[in-house]
Amino acid sequence: MADRPDQAQQGQNKPTLQLHVPEPSYRPGDAVDFGHLTIPEAGAQPRPDEGCEASETNPLATDLIRVLGDDNLPHGPWDPKLDADTLREMLHHMAMVRAFDERMFRGQRQGKTSFYMKCTGEEATSISAAMALASDDMVFPSYRQQGILIARGYPLTEMINQIYSNSADKLKGRQLPIMYSSREKSFFSISGNLATQTPQAVGWAMASAIKGDSRIAATWVGEGSTAEGDFHAACTFAAVYNAPVILNVVNNQWAISSFSGFAGGERTSFAARAVGYGIAGLRVDGNDPLAVYAAERWAANRARSNAGPTLIEHFTYRAEGHSTSDDPSGYRSAQEREEWPLGDPVMRLKDHLIALGEWDEDRQKSLDEDCATEVKKATKEAEKNGILGHGLHHPFRTMFEDVFEELPWHLKEQSAQAIRERETKFPEGLSE
Amino acid sequence: MTVETQKTAASEKAAGKKGVGADGERRLNMIDAINDALDIMLDRDPNVVVMGEDVGYFGGVFRCTAGLQEKHGKTRVFDTPISECGIIGVAVGMGAYGLRPVPEIQFADYIYPGLDQLISEAARLRYRSAAEYIAPMTVRSPFGGGIFGGQTHSQSPEAIFSHVSGLKTVIPSNPYDAKGLLIASIEDNDPVIFFEPKRIYNGPFNGYYDKPVEPWKKHAQSIVPEGHYRVELGKARKVTEGDELTVLAYGTMVHVAEAVCAAKGVNAEILDLRTIVPLDIEAIEASVKKTGRCLIVHEATRTSGFGAELSALVTERCFYHLEAAVERVTGFDTPYPHSLEWAYFPGPVRIGEAIDKILSE
Ligand SMILES: Cc1ncc(C[n+]2csc(CCOP(=O)(O)OP(=O)(O)O)c2C)c(N)n1
Ligand SMILES: [Mg+2]
Repeated sequence: MADRPDQAQQGQNKPTLQLHVPEPSYRPGDAVDFGHLTIPEAGAQPRPDEGCEASETNPLATDLIRVLGDDNLPHGPWDPKLDADTLREMLHHMAMVRAFDERMFRGQRQGKTSFYMKCTGEEATSISAAMALASDDMVFPSYRQQGILIARGYPLTEMINQIYSNSADKLKGRQLPIMYSSREKSFFSISGNLATQTPQAVGWAMASAIKGDSRIAATWVGEGSTAEGDFHAACTFAAVYNAPVILNVVNNQWAISSFSGFAGGERTSFAARAVGYGIAGLRVDGNDPLAVYAAERWAANRARSNAGPTLIEHFTYRAEGHSTSDDPSGYRSAQEREEWPLGDPVMRLKDHLIALGEWDEDRQKSLDEDCATEVKKATKEAEKNGILGHGLHHPFRTMFEDVFEELPWHLKEQSAQAIRERETKFPEGLSE
Repeated sequence: MTVETQKTAASEKAAGKKGVGADGERRLNMIDAINDALDIMLDRDPNVVVMGEDVGYFGGVFRCTAGLQEKHGKTRVFDTPISECGIIGVAVGMGAYGLRPVPEIQFADYIYPGLDQLISEAARLRYRSAAEYIAPMTVRSPFGGGIFGGQTHSQSPEAIFSHVSGLKTVIPSNPYDAKGLLIASIEDNDPVIFFEPKRIYNGPFNGYYDKPVEPWKKHAQSIVPEGHYRVELGKARKVTEGDELTVLAYGTMVHVAEAVCAAKGVNAEILDLRTIVPLDIEAIEASVKKTGRCLIVHEATRTSGFGAELSALVTERCFYHLEAAVERVTGFDTPYPHSLEWAYFPGPVRIGEAIDKILSE
């Protein structure tokens, strides 16, 4: 297979090769202008039949499905036509998540726990989506979908017990804060390892299909995490088995300090990944609660009628830092948040209800106050069970349980050792 | 009590002061020592490239690569997609071309998606191509617990790598070694896993978690000379000279073992292994034959941990010199729990108990 001379010469008169390394438009201190983003009119996007060929959605994978217009009213075929009570319920969940995030973030700063992650600006992508599903559809979220638990009525106090890793934490203090799990709420145990949940959701959906069930699965993954192989395995399996699953990609533009260009966002949309796999793809204004609801419902109906999986890209913006460990002022312009052209989902839903004559600023004010009070009450309640690092935790022996269904000899020995060590350290029986 | 991202002396570096203290010595913490090694190797060898999640503009979540992109340019130091399989895979390809990639995996707990590229590819490339192709990469990754990181920011998976033929595994315990070992790793023509104990990035944590942590600048091993130097792979460091007992440790556990022996007044010979593959078997043998007793300490889980290998080696080679059974002190065989972090951690009580047992035999 030796090179023939003419072949070896072939590349010679080309320019030298250059590596492209993506660079975001704005860095700290830069003036921000999102004018280059194409934001179509609300209502302009067609809504294909839920049972359509996947390829019929291809144009929607690079478009942007929007319902709420600048007049705060719904437009076009994607209007989900929700009644005012449902809209108010959605707003309530959103206000609650925001109040919850505020307080838990502060709690971490006060040393009550080790870690917290907000979802500010992205509330619609979990709450509106969850409301479009049946309450027993199985969800496989990432760490930023606390909105699902709140929309499904999981008690705030239980969430806080988990965040504090305290003696009432149902996960026994084993998991990092916010890595919830609730089988009762059909909410899968959250993993710290990115994108692992995506093929798992497909597998659950396949199982539901194998068993002739009626429940579907939905998963959420950050745009940065779509670079992981697991996500691509999920898409392939979803396509091959026409699995009743919804793959939600939350494109909040950032993955810690890396902008979406490092996940391939410079060349195409994330929804357009669907095209190559032959599954339906929708790109939706993630800060438009009605559009998110409508897209999720479309995909749910499609999955339920055996028409197959859908990949939904929620185009949104991570308004705050990645987590309590992160300071975004080191890598992005603070102006981005203010200039984000799709606004804030909570404000947009509020303004919509006001435009309908179903809400007003006073009611919003008391809603926010009520949420803050409720979160505060739940916090106090949870604090009775302890905060991280202050003695009230699950007993040492629980550390060894659930590694396996039954305790093998070596874990029995190690459990005895842990208890012996505790007695050496705290001879008066301090700490538990 | 936070999974904090760390601050570096990046600004200091820019100003050229590089951590020179009142005594005129140049003292660095682990982060700055690692940063220094990368900086030097990027300068010296145009084939070195540094890449990983958040390592470019931002300089890494632990700040180990701070300022390097600005200084060496975007095609030498750059961010990558969040794909550990991709990161290791492209590093294999870059190595095949002739580069010397230094990928960072953000946490050792996230190295697993890259295992096929590491184990089936990087580790075996030299062998299967009869050395036509090599994979001269150094995979840096923060590892170990003690920062309330829960089960996915605390693991110590070194034994997995020591079990793979063709990978070297390096674990520094202090700033001086971190720099010299990292330079030696990057210059090595074989793939190296370079685990950085994140608990001691900013100070030599000694296991007494309820006492304030000393900063590195009070520690002798924080004196880090300017410029290029190597700490050879496969050479242990004698931390203390002693004749009652040999302690084999690496990473954070060197400091914990040292503090416990000091507190108990045990005249121990502590060996900081520094690299587990290649292993300094001569130093181990010489020490155990002298003391007749051997304690092995690591933070990783016990079953099939590297301590099992060490224990077997010591028993095979020093059997007739041993006056007591070899003891292992390790993490428990469970995932790293969040709230019970200190009950899990092989701290002073567990080590103290084992020392008492060995010395009583
Ligand atoms: C396998 C793996 N690699 C790396 C990480 C570290 N990490 C945690 S979150 C994160 C960024 C994820 O960004 P994105 O997917 O966009 O989600 P977002 O945080 O924006 O919601 C990274 C790199 C991890 N948790 N798991
Ligand atoms: Mg993101």
